[in-house]
Amino acid sequence: MNEHLLSMHDVTAEDVVRILDTAESFREVGTRVIKKVPALRGRTVVNLFYENSTRTRISFELAAKRLSADVINFASGGSSVSKGESLKDTALTLQAMGADAIVIRHSSSGSPYQLTKWVRGHVLNAGDGTHEHPTQALLDLYTMRERLGRLEGLRVAIVGDVLHSRVARSLSFGLVKMGADVTLVGPATLIPPDAPVWGVQVSHDVDEVLPKLDVCYLLRVQTERQRLEYFPSVREYARLFGLNRSRVGSLPEGSLIMHPGPMNRGVEIDSDVADLPQSVIEDQVTNGIAVRMALLYLLLGGRGESGEEVSGG
Amino acid sequence: MGSPKLLFRGARVVDPAGGRDEVADVLVRDGAVADVGGGLDAASAEIVECDGLVLAPGLVDMHTHLREPGFEQKETVETGTRAAAVGGYTAVAPMANTDPVADDASVIAEVRAAAARADLADVFPVGAITKGLEGEVLAEIGEMVEAGVRVFSDDGRCVPTARTLRNALTYARAFDDVVLADHCEDASLSTGQQMHEGISSYSLGLAGQPAAAEVSIVFRDIEMARLTGGRLHICHLSSARSVELVRRAKADGVRVSAEVTPHHLVFTDEDLRTYDTNLKVNPPLRSAEDREALREGLADGTIDAIATDHAPHAVEEKEAEFDRAPHGTIGLETALAVALTELVAPGLLDLSRALEALSCSPARLLGARDHGGPIAAGRPANLVLFDPEERWVVEPPFVSRSRNSAFMGRAMVGRVRHTVRHGMLMVSEGKATR
Repeated sequence: MNEHLLSMHDVTAEDVVRILDTAESFREVGTRVIKKVPALRGRTVVNLFYENSTRTRISFELAAKRLSADVINFASGGSSVSKGESLKDTALTLQAMGADAIVIRHSSSGSPYQLTKWVRGHVLNAGDGTHEHPTQALLDLYTMRERLGRLEGLRVAIVGDVLHSRVARSLSFGLVKMGADVTLVGPATLIPPDAPVWGVQVSHDVDEVLPKLDVCYLLRVQTERQRLEYFPSVREYARLFGLNRSRVGSLPEGSLIMHPGPMNRGVEIDSDVADLPQSVIEDQVTNGIAVRMALLYLLLGGRGESGEEVSGG
Repeated sequence: MGSPKLLFRGARVVDPAGGRDEVADVLVRDGAVADVGGGLDAASAEIVECDGLVLAPGLVDMHTHLREPGFEQKETVETGTRAAAVGGYTAVAPMANTDPVADDASVIAEVRAAAARADLADVFPVGAITKGLEGEVLAEIGEMVEAGVRVFSDDGRCVPTARTLRNALTYARAFDDVVLADHCEDASLSTGQQMHEGISSYSLGLAGQPAAAEVSIVFRDIEMARLTGGRLHICHLSSARSVELVRRAKADGVRVSAEVTPHHLVFTDEDLRTYDTNLKVNPPLRSAEDREALREGLADGTIDAIATDHAPHAVEEKEAEFDRAPHGTIGLETALAVALTELVAPGLLDLSRALEALSCSPARLLGARDHGGPIAAGRPANLVLFDPEERWVVEPPFVSRSRNSAFMGRAMVGRVRHTVRHGMLMVSEGKATR
């Protein structure tokens, strides 16, 4: 593994397998009465969140705590950042306080890369702008592998605003790395025209794609005004691309419906559809903790190949 | 004036304007070239042994940001002209996007006065095309022409409408040899842009600006030059199709010229993969095909000049999130070495053509008659002496007040030894003398 996890390009297919296997051994910890192992006792993990994110922050916090690390949550509101402190100065401060790992969420693409220039600790990208969200991709890969038994050859559609989605980028790069067959689906304005260079296919017709899928992965539709220049209306989006009750029937039996959350029920996904058994959205959340435990453990010096060492301590 | 008598002995004199590329002695006296030839009399002259060195006309930068007045934390006329001298430049043209904007003769006079105090390079201030660079009302071009301004530009901003540009080009025809330089960028296609739009921008999640944002305005501008007969210059060309448009316009006899920066000749959008803010420039670094076309355009003369677009920014401005960092790289101290290392050494450009683009052509466009050669008896002695073989690495400290160099850490071949301006050594053995 690389020193940092900034992008899915930082991990090899072998790394992915190792991360998912390690996560699997950590899954068990979450089922114990005392949900804790001493693997990272005495290490300090900082959650540096410049963007609101309840689920990712809590997931990382739980992951670090279950490994017995000390966790500091540093959110931009109500901190030195709101007094105009630069990212660099904040990073140097955290460095001086002895952060072993910094988990960063930032609205500016590439911020985790800048951070690595200023700190010695390990940097984990918890979502940077419209760039990547590699831990989300890894927990999604984990969920797919767990439910379907493999990643190679899986037929996955990622539906929605791929252009602005860090989840779509990381997941596409990860799936292609693992030999899956990826189709990006959405209005032509929201799919990068050069996307086939990534090794994926592109479609603008969700009905044509759905019957051939193992996984239908829906992205959150951004409904902020500045996004709306890309398609005429939320209504038209839902009509053309939303996974509704009638469409879901064309998905093959045994296929999965996934979503990184938070969902816009009634837009990209109908409420009834989100609650179907084949929708594994809650599993994604649960698995997120185990995958983040694995990442912290592997990056902070765990060896990860031995289940005993991980869970036995 | 204690102007020394200098004898450059045995230099390879490369003088594109004089059509000379041969080993010779050059004697400088009283601010001017006194003689060029073999075995010149060295009596009472300070002798500079030039074995293996190149003597050329001092470089001329037609696109510099000296930041004064208003942004002295980034650069001043003094620090900027010192950086220029160390880079081999004897003349620079600072852009008008200062605060206040150089849109009237008083700001021009202020910049000139600061340049005279620093006394490190000849400074040819560029005047604004429109008041406050706001793209609406024409600046008082006539008054600035009387104050000696020759090139006008709203650089940093594109003249927003064809109508304004048309009027400016037409109005400026009343004055001899006035050049209007446009920064070509369709704002509606580049809002929030961080880099060239393409697979790299999609992968990096950075808002892109397609080449079409430049090309469409280059096309518009050329048509306005054709319509008005005005004299147009295109700043920092970045894309292949723009080069082709300029090539065709020149063939049609449209009065258009163009420049390219050293960084656009070297880097591509793929180099942004580590989010190095020093590579965040405007226009953005484009594709490898675009870079290829720029090199070809420079070699065949479609692109007249290499201009640095030296754009200093304070350290804390560049050490920031990519989308918050300002656009621009410094360039005065590295331009010659970049041309020698990246273009001349691999055989993409011969040395004479490189020096023409770095000196003669920009001098002609700026109306800087004392610069750009020829190196001949009686001509003002504005010269650069450089070692084409010296190896060095670009790293701080810089002479510029800022250090946002796109070329940071890059290995270079070729370095300035002496810069002579009006017969005086501004730079000796690579160090500024004042």
